[in-house]
Amino acid sequence: MNSDLRELYQEVILDHNRSPRNRKRLDQPTSQAEGHNPLCGDNVTVYLHSDGGMVTDVAFEGNGCAISTASASLMTEAVKGKSLAEAESLFREFQKMVTTPGEDASHPELGDLEVLAGVRDYPVRIKCATLPWHTLHAAISGVNEKVSTE
Amino acid sequence: MSASLTHRKQLDIAKIRNDFEILSENANGRPLVYLDNAATSQKPRQVLEAVDAFYLHANANVHRGVHFLSQKATTKYDAAREKIQTLLGARGPEEIILTKGCTEGINLVATCMSSPNSPLGSSERRQPYLGVGDEILLSNMEHHSNIVPWQLAATRVGATVKVIPITDSGEIDLDAYRALLKSGKVKVVGIVHVSNSLGTVNPVREMARLAHEAGAIVIVDGAQGGPHLRVNVQDLDADFYTLSCHKLYAPTGVGVLYGKKQLLEGFPPYHGGGDMVRTVSFEETTFAPLPAKFEAGTPNVAGVIGLGAAIDYLASLGAGETLAARLDSAFEKIHARERELTEYAMGRMAEIPGLRLTGTAPGKAGIISFVLESVHPHDIGTILDGEGIAIRAGHHCCMPLMARLGVPATARASLAFYNTTEEIDALVQGVYKVKDMFDREAAPAARR
Ligand SMILES: Cc1ncc(COP(=O)(O)O)c(C=O)c1O
Repeated sequence: MNSDLRELYQEVILDHNRSPRNRKRLDQPTSQAEGHNPLCGDNVTVYLHSDGGMVTDVAFEGNGCAISTASASLMTEAVKGKSLAEAESLFREFQKMVTTPGEDASHPELGDLEVLAGVRDYPVRIKCATLPWHTLHAAISGVNEKVSTE
Repeated sequence: MSASLTHRKQLDIAKIRNDFEILSENANGRPLVYLDNAATSQKPRQVLEAVDAFYLHANANVHRGVHFLSQKATTKYDAAREKIQTLLGARGPEEIILTKGCTEGINLVATCMSSPNSPLGSSERRQPYLGVGDEILLSNMEHHSNIVPWQLAATRVGATVKVIPITDSGEIDLDAYRALLKSGKVKVVGIVHVSNSLGTVNPVREMARLAHEAGAIVIVDGAQGGPHLRVNVQDLDADFYTLSCHKLYAPTGVGVLYGKKQLLEGFPPYHGGGDMVRTVSFEETTFAPLPAKFEAGTPNVAGVIGLGAAIDYLASLGAGETLAARLDSAFEKIHARERELTEYAMGRMAEIPGLRLTGTAPGKAGIISFVLESVHPHDIGTILDGEGIAIRAGHHCCMPLMARLGVPATARASLAFYNTTEEIDALVQGVYKVKDMFDREAAPAARR
């Protein structure tokens, strides 16, 4: 097996793909958003429950490749219990990590999410990794809208 | 290699592979195994040389100049159209419209059928061929390019698109098709000759006969038919037939629309511009005869000349006195070769545990789509790519078909006559690697 591929499909990613965390529908989410990757036709729905600016629960549904499934699964673990602002900042950091080619800097603030760094060497797969995050971002923006109209 | 591949009338594959230099490239440090021919085929050196020679020695605009080069370019360009006529078995060169691709050909037909035809400057205004309540039948396995133009046309005139269902093996449900034709409202039937996802070769001649009995016009999407079959539009009795020439060993940016002369003559023009007119004034413009009427503006001259060279190349694989005879004999060999490869590939793929072939119609072309139980097609594509193997993963521009199959996407290996059984073995090995990585339970003993 090509060693670069081992780098991409790390054990943690394969594990999250096999048994995704928080893959379920949330009853009465504060908001939800749907993401779509037109290249592969993959869909993801992110359900968000927030309270007082905090992510109290987050889950996802959808069928995608190992990269997008693992990314969604890892994302839910990373943002649960964080503030909405922290979640948004993780999104920006994550995006930076996977879109900066050849960058070997470590990203301690990203924790487990760092296992997805290998995606940056596969330009056509970057969207798979960022799709759940864009969808979360849309869900958070939905919350903000709601918040602002209250 | 199996004994049946050493057949008397066989292609010289080693020689052919030399003509396609790209096949000896490496990809990701491994020898390239190119199995994405349905997306686009590779081009033989002879085609590239013809394009080069045009730019080096004959470059000029066509149909416009009295000078030496323009005449030279025009001669080559017009000669290519006659070769296409022979390739498709059309009655005359005026039935061959050069487009930029299969997609443009279908859009031309759908747009013209849903537009009023009113000779400029005259008060006569003929209604569009399609009208309110008319029905357009499209099969469930159509490419988006034979769906969306019809949806646009239907919206324009208030017509309805209806779906011809398919069976689980990926074949047209002919009984359902007959029943749909009974409505008495069907004006157009759109059918893909060879499915780009399933490889199914559809019974186009029979479907055209039934459509004509019901008073409908038939457009055949031949994007995948052209490369694999010896097409004869008169024998099929197709009213329209489209080609995507980059899949037919020619350069990108060239397509063909064959249309019956009488139908094309009844159409309004599609694009307006230079070359498609006889006289222009602000009061009245008259249009050029076929095929120029549908070829506004400077065409892809080099690409069309490349297409002519591709047809010559294919013909050179056969023998005979005339171009038509050489193409007959070449396609007989191509077909035999692709059948062997397809049967070999289908057999070997079917042995892989947990692999499901989507599209198992008898006599199918070398387009092999599959899904693995626990691995998404995109991951299959990436891992095979790491092995130098190019396949396509996705919905193949057939989202309604994916919905019918109940999958978001498939992995697809598509063959050309230059592929080898060794390359299919590499694919099979690659799929086992994918499985090893993803399902730890996969017994290594299952591997060859
Ligand atoms: C069956 C079929 N129809 C239509 C097309 C569209 O061809 P093009 O994109 O070259 O116009 C394709 C190619 O992808 C195809 O496979």
